[in-house]
Amino acid sequence: MLRAIMEYQFMQYAIIASALAAVVSGVIGVIIVEKKLIMMTGGIAHTSYGGVGLGYLLGFEPILGAFIFSIMAALGIGFINNKVTGIKDVVTAIFWSLGMSLGILFIGLIPGYPPDVTSYLFGNILSVTTFNLILILVITLIVTSVIFMFYHDWQSHLFDPEFAKIRGKRTKFMENILLILIALTVVSLIRVVGIILVIALLSIPAATASLLTRKLHHRMILAVLFGLLFMWVGIIISYFTELSSGAVIVIFAFIVYILVWLVQKSMTENKKILKK
Amino acid sequence: MKMEIIKMDKISVKYGYIEALRDLDLVVNEGEYIGIVGPNGGGKSTLLKTILGLVKAYEGNVTFKGTTIKKSGLTIGYVPQITDLNRIFPITVQEVVLTAKIPAEKSWFHKYSKKDLNDVEDVLKKVGIHNISERQISDLSGGEFQKMLIARALAVNPNVLLLDEPTAMIDIKSQKQIYTLIKKLSKEMTIVLVTHDVKEITKQVDRLIYLEKNILAEGDPEEVYRYAYLRPVSVAHRARARSGGGE
Repeated sequence: MLRAIMEYQFMQYAIIASALAAVVSGVIGVIIVEKKLIMMTGGIAHTSYGGVGLGYLLGFEPILGAFIFSIMAALGIGFINNKVTGIKDVVTAIFWSLGMSLGILFIGLIPGYPPDVTSYLFGNILSVTTFNLILILVITLIVTSVIFMFYHDWQSHLFDPEFAKIRGKRTKFMENILLILIALTVVSLIRVVGIILVIALLSIPAATASLLTRKLHHRMILAVLFGLLFMWVGIIISYFTELSSGAVIVIFAFIVYILVWLVQKSMTENKKILKK
Repeated sequence: MKMEIIKMDKISVKYGYIEALRDLDLVVNEGEYIGIVGPNGGGKSTLLKTILGLVKAYEGNVTFKGTTIKKSGLTIGYVPQITDLNRIFPITVQEVVLTAKIPAEKSWFHKYSKKDLNDVEDVLKKVGIHNISERQISDLSGGEFQKMLIARALAVNPNVLLLDEPTAMIDIKSQKQIYTLIKKLSKEMTIVLVTHDVKEITKQVDRLIYLEKNILAEGDPEEVYRYAYLRPVSVAHRARARSGGGE
């Protein structure tokens, strides 16, 4: 395996891309989990499929199409939520299904044999290109910088946005920035785990970390470490078994989450017994 | 004569098609301690949120010393309802109170100063929870959680304190502690308190208001209490008369 990493550029790219993806998904994933935005993130991810289809149809890089559609979906969902309260689920479902439908439609309109979109839907970290790698790097830098530069603002906004607003914070602007950061993260993860599995990588590392620590920044750090573990182990298994890397990463992450949950639960029970 | 510091003029608020406040007039004078009571859905929380600008009135306006809140020089502290917040959010008591010290602008790479930390320590002492400043909020009792929210509101150095059900969902001992604390604070600042606990606040507020979309009764606490709770038929009658429905 180590020899393969040294020898093959695609393996080196996979290792670097997964490390960057772990950082970006760990940091923003904690916010997504705390703010209960998982389904909305799923909506943004699936809407991006329309962009992938448009990219193939018009002959430009599909990931750029995914980028445009994700941002549009994030801002669209955010805008409608601000105008009408209580319909977040409905708006998410509409964008989700519309994006997928547009993707299918655009790909259907391509003359001749349709392109293979499997790697966009289910991810293939072993096929990351130099362009993909630069994109993931830039997105990771943007997302982590915005979160850490304004860490106290995010902390205040996540706990009590009304109080933040009273203190003069532009909370609607912050909501929109958060949605854009989520859209960017989704784009960076498409090559790694695919559109369908993006929400797993944005929720499982953060949820696993939440079982072990109750400090926000510790959760972010732990989520990054779990993300690294999930992806690197997933890549190793995928390399040797030739199974889909995205699927392997998510299944391994799920198993670890369950194990950590069981350990944490039994430790809590033991503590209760000792207290008695 | 006491100065008017908050004036709500013909305020009407709707959530979709549901009317929360109708044609409401209210004046808050400097140094007053006002209690607001009324049924669920009567618009008590909406009234506070309208003062704070969290809810927009579709009719009427709110002025502060005759001008905008910024120009008035007033600082408002707010204690929201405990049910509006995520009680298992990963944050400590000190971190929550420190959020009151984040500047509105230019907050990138913000670090709390020693003065901020000292101020927070002082307000935590004032409300009696300085010994649990490092504790995660998920470990707090209802009473401790409410005291933390009061500490956060005090950390902005307010002239006016708005409290929304500060004794909801907590035990009787903590309720008494919080009322004693609020009474003490009422000597330092103007207070508007929304609550269901009519008996308790009747004993301590300067003015009691019974709100059901509009002010149906206000004035001397004992009189309003008798009027609103011992003669409910009269209140219902007056509510219908105000809405033009008649008997």
